[in-house]
Amino acid sequence: MSISIEIQNKEKEQFGMNPKKFSLWLFLVSLTMLFAGLTSAVVVKRADNNWLEFHIPTIFMINTVVIVLSSITMQWSYYSAKKNNLKNNRIALWLTVVLGIAFIIGQVMGYQALIAEKTFLVGREINGVLVSNPSASFFYVISGLHALHLFGGVIALAFTIYASYNYRVHSMSMVGINLCATYWHYMGALWVYLFVFLNLIQ
Amino acid sequence: MSASTIAAADTGHAHHKESFITKYVFSQDHKMIARQFLITGILMGFVGGLMSSFFRIQLGFPNADIGFLRPILGGWVDEYGKLDPGFYMSLVTIHGTIMVFFVLTAGLSGTFSNLLIPLQIGARDMAAPFVNMLSYWFFLMSSIIMFASIFISTGPAGAGWTIYPPLSALPKTMSGSGLGMTMWLISMALFIGSALMGALNYVATVLNMRTKGMYMTRMPLTIWAFTVTAILGILSFPVLFAAVILLIFDRSLGTSFYLSDIYTAVSEGVIHKGGSPVLFQHLFWFLGHPEVYIVLLPALGLTSEVMATQSRKPIFGYRAMIGSILAIGLLSFLVWGHHMFLTGMNPFLGSVFLVATLIIAVPSAVKTFNYLATLWRGNLKFTTAMLFSIGVVSLFTSGGLTGLFLGNAAIDIPLHNTYFVVAHFHIVMGAAAIFGMFAGVYHWFPKMFGKLMDEKLGTLHFWLTFAAVYCVFVPMHFIGLDGVPRRYYSFTDFEEFNQWIQLNKFISISAFVGMGAQFIFLYNFFNSMANGRKTTRNPWNSNTLEWTTPVKGIHGNWPGEIPTVYRWPYDYSRPDIELDYLPQTMSDEDIANKIDYASETYDPVLTDEKPIRGETKHSHEEVIMLQLIEQKKNKNKDS
Repeated sequence: MSISIEIQNKEKEQFGMNPKKFSLWLFLVSLTMLFAGLTSAVVVKRADNNWLEFHIPTIFMINTVVIVLSSITMQWSYYSAKKNNLKNNRIALWLTVVLGIAFIIGQVMGYQALIAEKTFLVGREINGVLVSNPSASFFYVISGLHALHLFGGVIALAFTIYASYNYRVHSMSMVGINLCATYWHYMGALWVYLFVFLNLIQ
Repeated sequence: MSASTIAAADTGHAHHKESFITKYVFSQDHKMIARQFLITGILMGFVGGLMSSFFRIQLGFPNADIGFLRPILGGWVDEYGKLDPGFYMSLVTIHGTIMVFFVLTAGLSGTFSNLLIPLQIGARDMAAPFVNMLSYWFFLMSSIIMFASIFISTGPAGAGWTIYPPLSALPKTMSGSGLGMTMWLISMALFIGSALMGALNYVATVLNMRTKGMYMTRMPLTIWAFTVTAILGILSFPVLFAAVILLIFDRSLGTSFYLSDIYTAVSEGVIHKGGSPVLFQHLFWFLGHPEVYIVLLPALGLTSEVMATQSRKPIFGYRAMIGSILAIGLLSFLVWGHHMFLTGMNPFLGSVFLVATLIIAVPSAVKTFNYLATLWRGNLKFTTAMLFSIGVVSLFTSGGLTGLFLGNAAIDIPLHNTYFVVAHFHIVMGAAAIFGMFAGVYHWFPKMFGKLMDEKLGTLHFWLTFAAVYCVFVPMHFIGLDGVPRRYYSFTDFEEFNQWIQLNKFISISAFVGMGAQFIFLYNFFNSMANGRKTTRNPWNSNTLEWTTPVKGIHGNWPGEIPTVYRWPYDYSRPDIELDYLPQTMSDEDIANKIDYASETYDPVLTDEKPIRGETKHSHEEVIMLQLIEQKKNKNKDS
């Protein structure tokens, strides 16, 4: 039996969207709920009237600029892939990775600046005992979780760069870079929201 | 090599050779993953069920010598034959956790969403089969960790299934707050990962991969229920994840998100200040209440399908059913505060939650009414699945009525934390959802294993379980109304508590009978899997797509093309049709041509070659051979 019948296996895209892309969007919804949960926890806690205020170092402002810039380079790489400009695509991808890692390093430096100002994750030391208070802990946990998720984005970028050097990122094969770009922009927008939120809540 | 396997090989899903490992262990086939979920869920169910028997012994027979349980419980039974009080707390906690999350979330939703979504919407598999497989393996890992925590020397988590701080946040408060609690949190983090991966897949599959003609308003109600369940999971599990992350920081690193100033005495090295245990309750119940519907909606969906099929009647109020599923889903996010009336919330906020809670009675009543109207003057076939479905409606109604009491803040405040609450949620959410799961297992067992379950044993299983559930939980309401608090190890220390001992004995004995009945199910399940009667392709004469696939499931589900859908799934007992059902795959043309869809060889795709009622029938393989030849002819013509 060597006849092979061709059975149409077109996965219909009824929603007008690639299932992978749609799944990513659903994942982003769940991430939104994670951070919405955390930030509403801050709002609820803030209402308890025992909130301690602290100063947020300026380096976090610089990091915000870095992450917005990285979003721009990400978009540049997306457009160059669409125009089949592989050279620009790779340059932009590398730039995005560098900016992303710079952001994570910047966040760590920010934590060091916070520690220098005696704002700890666990709290202040009083008479040799650590006294823990949630206001600063929230800042560490929320920004730390964001950095962790951004690191996931860096890994996705690494895969995209690998694909790009294997000529698998071009106008006919945009799904990978599209997913990566969507996630990256989301992470950027999420940080901008968190930064504004964490500043306003002080 | 038969023609059907060649056809299957060309569907793009079965290119790889399947070894034992890829077929049964690391399988990406949704049907196998469903079976894996089901069997893991059943095993976890027995672990959780046996735990309830152990603590029912303590409650019903507080002075009994339970030394005979030493082979199972080991050191947790002391030298006088008494159960360790700390371990009692752990039993209650792990019973709740296993039943709510591992059996009724993963076991129910995981099994039936996986099995039925691709089959009933006409897809070859999930949108992302690999992620689907990962979802099961995360679930298995989390089950193993939760199970292993029972055997550690300090005992499993003991802070109640709601793991309220400070018991869960300070590792030294009790034996169950130590390593057991840490393992609980790790296990739940993995579980949340599994639930999210599953839910993403279910929603993406339903919205993107339906077959031709399968509009949203032609989907069986099971699929609607699974989809809304998955959406609830996507929106609520991340919030539990946030709560768990903050709790892990509190436990392990010394932050004080949930620890206010009054708990400083027990902690070592860190003084906690400024946290709020109520914060945890908010985050927990933001998941916790939708979780109730994550548990319940699939059971209701399965019930709708079984009920319409076995009443041989269209489901009553199909659109109203969809509307009520959506309404319940939406409202479930607005009512979490009714678990927290005692936390000293603003009375105005309390009344907002109260009103939202009572509004849920409206869509629930719509559903109940529709179920009854579906049964009304139907040609009822009392299969085991049907009995369990009717059981769901009974339990959902009687449990829902006590919900009206508890939804009222004024009545909830005295009843909170009593056995009334335990009775309420065990009937409306625990037992109803378990019944839905049983209905699903009995109804779709032929689809999963190609065999039929024993109906006699099934009926016995149903009646024993049904009687036991009511005998356990109805008296429990009265104990609760008397104000007996839940989670207490013993009521023998005070004279006035002894008045409930007879009732508690009755409840315990009923619980043992109920647990014993489950062993009938266990025997029936595994025995039918091995020795059951072979099923025909469509044993219940059902309309939905899954019964058009071959009995022996293949990777890719349909040997040929995916069938097209022409009608809604509930065309039962149409007066103008000879038989009392009409599959979704029958077009009006097919009806006019008198296509014999009751035949074993009915293939919905090959309308031209379909055997016509009364004429010679081709075997399934012959039909495909005919198709092959036809296609080859056409090819030659073209070239």
